[in-house]
Amino acid sequence: MIESHATTQDIHGHPALQHHFENMEQQREAGTIGMWVFLVTEIMFFGGMFLAYALYRNFFPAAFASASNHLDITLGAVNTGVLIVSSFTMALAVYFTQVGNRRPQILCLVLTLILGLTFLGIKAVEYHEKYTDRLIPGHLIPGASFGPEAHALHLLPGATLPQVEMFYWIYFAMTGMHALHMIIGAGLLTFLIVYSIKGRFDPEYHSPVEIIGLYWHFVDIVWIFLFPLLYLLGRHFEHG
Amino acid sequence: MQPIESFEVPAPPKVNYINAQYGLKSWLLTKDHKRIALLYLGSITFFFFIGGIYAMMIRLELLTPQGDLVQSATYNKVFTQHGIIMIFFFLIPSIPATLGNFLIPMMIGAKDLAFPRINLLSWYIYLAGGVITIYALLAGGVDTGWTFYTPFSTTFSNSYVVATGLGIFITGFSSILTGLNFIVTIHTMRAPGMTWFRMPLFLWSHYATSLIMILGTPVIAITVLLLAFERLSGVGIFNPALGGDPVLFQHLFWFYSHPAVYIMVLPSMGVVSELVANFSRKNIFGYSFVAFSSLAIAVFGFLVWGHHLFVASQSVYAGMIFSFLSFAVAIPSAIKVFNWTATLYKSSISYDTPMLYALGFIGLFTIGGMTGLFLASLAVDVHLSDTYFVVAHFHYIMVGGALMGYLGGLHYWWPKISGRMYPEGWGRFSALVIFVGFNLTFLPQFIAGYLGMPRRYHAYPPEFQVFNVLSTAGASILGLGMLIPSIYFVWSMRYGKHAEPNPWHLPGLEWRTQSPPPTENFEVTPIVTWEAYEFAPPEETEVVGKFGPELERI
Repeated sequence: MIESHATTQDIHGHPALQHHFENMEQQREAGTIGMWVFLVTEIMFFGGMFLAYALYRNFFPAAFASASNHLDITLGAVNTGVLIVSSFTMALAVYFTQVGNRRPQILCLVLTLILGLTFLGIKAVEYHEKYTDRLIPGHLIPGASFGPEAHALHLLPGATLPQVEMFYWIYFAMTGMHALHMIIGAGLLTFLIVYSIKGRFDPEYHSPVEIIGLYWHFVDIVWIFLFPLLYLLGRHFEHG
Repeated sequence: MQPIESFEVPAPPKVNYINAQYGLKSWLLTKDHKRIALLYLGSITFFFFIGGIYAMMIRLELLTPQGDLVQSATYNKVFTQHGIIMIFFFLIPSIPATLGNFLIPMMIGAKDLAFPRINLLSWYIYLAGGVITIYALLAGGVDTGWTFYTPFSTTFSNSYVVATGLGIFITGFSSILTGLNFIVTIHTMRAPGMTWFRMPLFLWSHYATSLIMILGTPVIAITVLLLAFERLSGVGIFNPALGGDPVLFQHLFWFYSHPAVYIMVLPSMGVVSELVANFSRKNIFGYSFVAFSSLAIAVFGFLVWGHHLFVASQSVYAGMIFSFLSFAVAIPSAIKVFNWTATLYKSSISYDTPMLYALGFIGLFTIGGMTGLFLASLAVDVHLSDTYFVVAHFHYIMVGGALMGYLGGLHYWWPKISGRMYPEGWGRFSALVIFVGFNLTFLPQFIAGYLGMPRRYHAYPPEFQVFNVLSTAGASILGLGMLIPSIYFVWSMRYGKHAEPNPWHLPGLEWRTQSPPPTENFEVTPIVTWEAYEFAPPEETEVVGKFGPELERI
């Protein structure tokens, strides 16, 4: 292994091979490990908010259930489906890049992008509902500070309005940070689509698709945790 | 096994990383890890001097018991900004971003870090954070203490908390990217034959540091972000009006900020391991123990944050566990100190400037670590909490530890970095001045703190004055001691003696290429066939440490 190192394999360099790597395999491995390490930092980043959620849900179960009941479970469930399908198309895009099948590769990337934008659209509808119900916490939006009408929110016994506001702050912080990651993901997908159309990827050089795929799956998984925690837990308090 | 004398050193070509390209653009757009290290070196030195000016103001104010130099509100800003600048903009990036950046690829025989563009990006992110923080300082400063405790920081403070927080939030990402780059580089870029257990201990300590950077920094990022939102919009998880718990902030803050202490000191320990082994000309005692103790410190470091909350309404049972774990983290640190000492034993020590810093580190770090055990004890901490004892303790770790290691490393690798030798006589002189000045500054603070002098006040009862006069005198000496290296380093860049490729005659990979190195570090990718710190064949090793008559018999 030592002897063969600097002699044979890197003479015919791939155009995408950067100068400081010995070969494509090393470059691909570095990129993949890099993305995994980055995802670890993302877990820690979201971890702070998950901690806050766990803590205050434990403190104020009734308020969290009341506020959770007001979220639109249908839209949330549809969005969950949309994201799962988008993960599937993303995985297909990675596969088609690896085997070098360019047309389905581009198609899958475009589908993933469309599904991601669909998610963001539905999320915007939900946010707007919260806005009209005056459920945006604090004075995040000037002139529309938190103050739901009595009929807009059914408080379970033991729940108070400030605690509901705390739930909505955590809801907006977590879903907002998730949506920001989706927007960044959409940008990355656009980059992938442009580069795919230009034909930059081939079976030997597909790591950008793979790495951004990892990122996309991670963002989906965050939602897979957010949906039950924010929408589903505690529904039985109200709906039996 | 390769005897040290027979290193094949190629005839020094004229082109190296410094003169390969000229012009501002070639520096600002460089992807060379060595140039980026120099960019970092310049910027952190700048911030170090700003932080130093604040330190000077603190010491001048405390010269007399009355608050006669600045008002109490100004004093709050001065010590806050001293802390923020020194910690986030000097100590955290100090060794990793300069020496680590420069040396990690060289020590493993790579051409660059795995992600050169991300490396450059991290420097720009650091600068952006720095510029925003400097804006906050100029606009009116921040007075919350570097700890930003809620609810003062969210509700009551009238200073520029959000801008400073934003600066720290942004700078955090430069630290994350540096750590990410190091981890991937050490995993994937090692030259053939460079196995994990042939790596210099500098790399092990940087690997452990990087783990803390990627695991801890995102937590402080989200915490500061939530803090800023809470301050801006009046809503947040730390807000008691919504049932929030301000102490949660302390938990989240220290979950990063305690491990951050290890971000500061672990790289320094790596430098000291290099210095102790190389300047004793002896393989380090217990290589794998020193290597794994770095990882153990990184792991245990995440489990001890609660010792900052002994007097902050934390349950006493949690306190007991955190106290126990804090004692436990002393074990890997002690392993290092004992192994360094065992390495020194019966070795042939040369007292060059870097070694003086390393020996200083061992002594000062031991004092800093031992006083940390006082603070980790539940009952004693109630008495010592928020006194100058704490201030003295963490300065022994951060200045006596981290800064001494940084300066030692900078001297040690200066011939490689700049291609010039620093003046050895001045180097030793300033190392001694810094050592004396440092101890005179901070030893009296232990006593003042034990007697009850609280931290963060601009005035104090007159009976503490003698300690403060000593401390201020020491700080003046320390300040002068710091100026000397900054002058002769700059001087040596032009007038210093040209450095050989291997001025210390050492086996490490970074010494097997020209000084300064070419842009791609090595002429050909090296193949590593030797262990770290492999100085001489075993039969020759026997000679090392034997005295006159004994030696003659051999």
